[in-house]
Amino acid sequence: MSGPRSLFETGHVASPDDMMSRAAAQAFLERVVKLSKADTIDAQLSGGYTGNIRFAANRISTSGGVTNSQLVVQSGYGARHAVVTTGDFSPEGIERAVRQSEAIAKLVPEDPENMPLLPPQTYSDVNAYFDSTAHLSPAERAAAAHTAIDASREAGDLAAAGFIVAGSNFNAIASTTGLYAYHASTSANYQLTVRTDDGTGSGWAGADHPDWKQIDFKAVSDRAIAKARRSRNPVAVEPGRYTVILEPQAVADLVQLLAFALDARSADEGRSAFSKHGGGTRIGEKIVDSKVTLFSDPADAQLLGQPWNGEGLPLQREVWIENGTLRQLAYSRFWARKKNARPNGGLGAVKMAGGDATTEQMIASTERGILVTRLWYLRQVDPRTELYTGLTRDGTSLIEQGKVTKAVKNLRFNESPLFMLNNLEMLGRPERVAGTEAGGNVVFPTLKVRDFNFTSLSDAV
Amino acid sequence: MTNRRDFLKTGAAAGAFVLATPVLSRAEVFAQRLARQSALPAMDPATKELLVEALDAATSGGASFADARIGRYRNNFVITREQQIVNVVDTDTMGVGVRVLVNGTWGFGASRNLTKEGVVAAAKEALSIARANALPAADRVRLAPATPTPDGRYVTPHTVDPFTVPIEQKADLLIRANAEAMKVPGVKFVNSNMFFVKEEKNYANTEGTFTTQTIIRSWLPFAATAVKPDFSDFQTRTNVMQPAARGYEFLTESQPVQNARKWGEEAAEKLGAKPVEVGRYDLVLHPTHLWLTIHESVAHPTELDRAMGYEANYAGTSFLAPPREKLGTFRYGPPIMNIQGDREQEGGCSTIGWDDDGVKPDKFLIIKNGVVNDYQTTREQAPMLDWWYERQQKPVRSHGCSHSDSWSDVAFQRMPNVSLLPGEKDLSYEDVIAATDKGIAIVGDGSFSIDQQRYNAQFGGQLFYEIKGGKIAGQLKDVAYQMRTPDFWNAMDLIGGKKSYEMGASFFDGKGQPGQVNAVSHGCVPARFRNINVINTGRKA
Repeated sequence: MSGPRSLFETGHVASPDDMMSRAAAQAFLERVVKLSKADTIDAQLSGGYTGNIRFAANRISTSGGVTNSQLVVQSGYGARHAVVTTGDFSPEGIERAVRQSEAIAKLVPEDPENMPLLPPQTYSDVNAYFDSTAHLSPAERAAAAHTAIDASREAGDLAAAGFIVAGSNFNAIASTTGLYAYHASTSANYQLTVRTDDGTGSGWAGADHPDWKQIDFKAVSDRAIAKARRSRNPVAVEPGRYTVILEPQAVADLVQLLAFALDARSADEGRSAFSKHGGGTRIGEKIVDSKVTLFSDPADAQLLGQPWNGEGLPLQREVWIENGTLRQLAYSRFWARKKNARPNGGLGAVKMAGGDATTEQMIASTERGILVTRLWYLRQVDPRTELYTGLTRDGTSLIEQGKVTKAVKNLRFNESPLFMLNNLEMLGRPERVAGTEAGGNVVFPTLKVRDFNFTSLSDAV
Repeated sequence: MTNRRDFLKTGAAAGAFVLATPVLSRAEVFAQRLARQSALPAMDPATKELLVEALDAATSGGASFADARIGRYRNNFVITREQQIVNVVDTDTMGVGVRVLVNGTWGFGASRNLTKEGVVAAAKEALSIARANALPAADRVRLAPATPTPDGRYVTPHTVDPFTVPIEQKADLLIRANAEAMKVPGVKFVNSNMFFVKEEKNYANTEGTFTTQTIIRSWLPFAATAVKPDFSDFQTRTNVMQPAARGYEFLTESQPVQNARKWGEEAAEKLGAKPVEVGRYDLVLHPTHLWLTIHESVAHPTELDRAMGYEANYAGTSFLAPPREKLGTFRYGPPIMNIQGDREQEGGCSTIGWDDDGVKPDKFLIIKNGVVNDYQTTREQAPMLDWWYERQQKPVRSHGCSHSDSWSDVAFQRMPNVSLLPGEKDLSYEDVIAATDKGIAIVGDGSFSIDQQRYNAQFGGQLFYEIKGGKIAGQLKDVAYQMRTPDFWNAMDLIGGKKSYEMGASFFDGKGQPGQVNAVSHGCVPARFRNINVINTGRKA
């Protein structure tokens, strides 16, 4: 397995089109499954094309186009299993991956938590594939980038930096049980930062949708430019507790992180914010304000997620927090069996229900507060409370007596989404956001919350 | 453990070298290195042929410069908890990335299709992107000169290739370490993994450089969690072993089985630790902690692409900008602060033979006696500092900081190993504590967050010890310190010497769009920082 060897000792064949149809992927995976000599095999195939363009200081910097596919093979002997992945789709390359996963699986100790493979399942259909995105040319991406570059150049005192990435992708899974799932999707994501040349202002805006046509490049550019101008010459405010109006991006930046913690097993084990003192979990407890409902639903028109997870388990609407009450936690198949619960596939695409308030109404109702565009560099500080730290970035303003009055310097917070969602005052309409650190399909509303905990000032623009 | 004979049988020549021992003279070491170099495998002829095909397609399509990388990137993960193997995963990906400059504009195309047609298609994709993105004349890319390397060969120095070690051995080591930690009362959970990387990278450019390199990195993440019986508290001790660009021997030498009980005890002790009182303290930061503070607050702000605004939309810019106003004048820290960039420290996660521009990296002082002296650069970036290098009477050359995390990603500026050099007095960590009257010592890296210009940061840690009268007076918990970068570094007043130098590392440092990770080490000595703001993170509501 080691040492100098030709990369081509097995001979590579020209790859098929890396965006495979449902039928082609199925035929491919059936061949993989047939190769198996193990008790079980499950094989996952993914592939596609992604094109991107990047720009900074009002000029295009690096850009690329990538064609890639991957086969993931898991072989099982009783409760022993191992995974091998490969991008070598020659008959020899595929066979080698299968044999290697069998060889490793035979050697590893038995996994006491091993679950039998799922039998064939029925899946809902989510249409997240758009021709407008799949057939983009480099020239179309460049033209989109120029909406911001040209506007910033023409302004004379602005520098635009941004990233546009768009492509098509498919995922498929098949196994010895006859299970087969396939999902094709496209994605387009745009994020833009505009800075003022005097170095005192920075504004961010973004858009994300599977359909390229739904991304309004000019609107994103206008928004980032306006935020950059408004954020110039920020003043310092004392760190402390503030009423804040968090735009959907800022809400998603913080609250999406709860998805990693809404896990049943760690709660049952006593090492989670959702563990109950004295034992058990907090399921059924009212944990946040009754205006909060958090759910996953691949079929939601704003989410458009994949309707099955990595094991081929169908995903449906799952409500995690309903009117402030913790309804359920994410159960793996193993933990569900142990706890006599239903395996629910966990949190993938996630959405928080909203309200009717406009941002203008929230501002008008605020005596003194801070309007936040987005949050940055969020890291967990205390898993017992889901306390995170991070900073505001790219457009932070002071609200006084119902009006946005001036730009303020960025602030570091130490805050838990659980504490914050208990201090909720108003909710806006949910929007799909483009720029969370964790990524994915994420939809959150604008929120007005009180007593948000800022702990220090930052000189960063 | 694989014995040497088996290893030679399965591993052929690659990497089958014992490291130079410290007793050798410089000349002997040099002679060994030369011998090692000539014994390293040459580039596979079929690979070389494809690289040339790609470059030919690029130049015949109008590229003034092109480079091509054909790489195989492998990972091996062994994932355990308590007394069971959760999973074993081997990943393997191969492909080609072709980068072209047409009229001073970059284009990049990548494909896993390693045939003549595949590499030519990738080159054509790169050409069409470069043409679609054509830059105005004033903005065109200029590359610093680089000496061509016609036959560069490099293998990470290692004794045991982790990809030759049987899975049972790896699993056994982890399970035994887990068992030791689980013997500690209060320790309820242990998660441990092994993670190995092997990158076989072949590079060629239109200036005649051809390099073939094999990079190996190893890591053993381990976490022991203690839980109070009434579920009122839980504490984890993790980040106990640093990653390194070394073979499997690095993990066994670190003795996880022998140390696991201590790690478990440290987790259990945290349950009874005293919550910290907020205030200002003198901090003594152990190298296992300080490496990450260096990474975030020195290494990132001195990346030239950040200072020039190229990362504004994601990783951010830098407070250390513009370079014209900072180089040679900005006081980052006290005169005892010397920060070096290099890609040659053995075991350093960023250590390589040639970078992804085909440049042999050099060693350079980023901070010299406390003052900003240089930035991290690639061939595209070095000309941006030509005025500074001319003033210093130095050649305008890249420091060799170009890196791509896969064949499918475009190369851009990433960190070399960025290290705090030892002080003149050979002080140890214990000496620095003994010299401190009242403070907090921090061991191990924990939570970390810093703003997009690298001014305001907050760091947690793994273990916090109260210092009273030069002695450790018990464990604290819920400690984090907040800082403003230049104020913090200028508060450093005492550093350790050579004997206390250690390397820490990040296996996954993220930057760029699309996001790429790199691995990087930071060597450092223990250091004391005066009067730093400490907060208590143990909020209840």
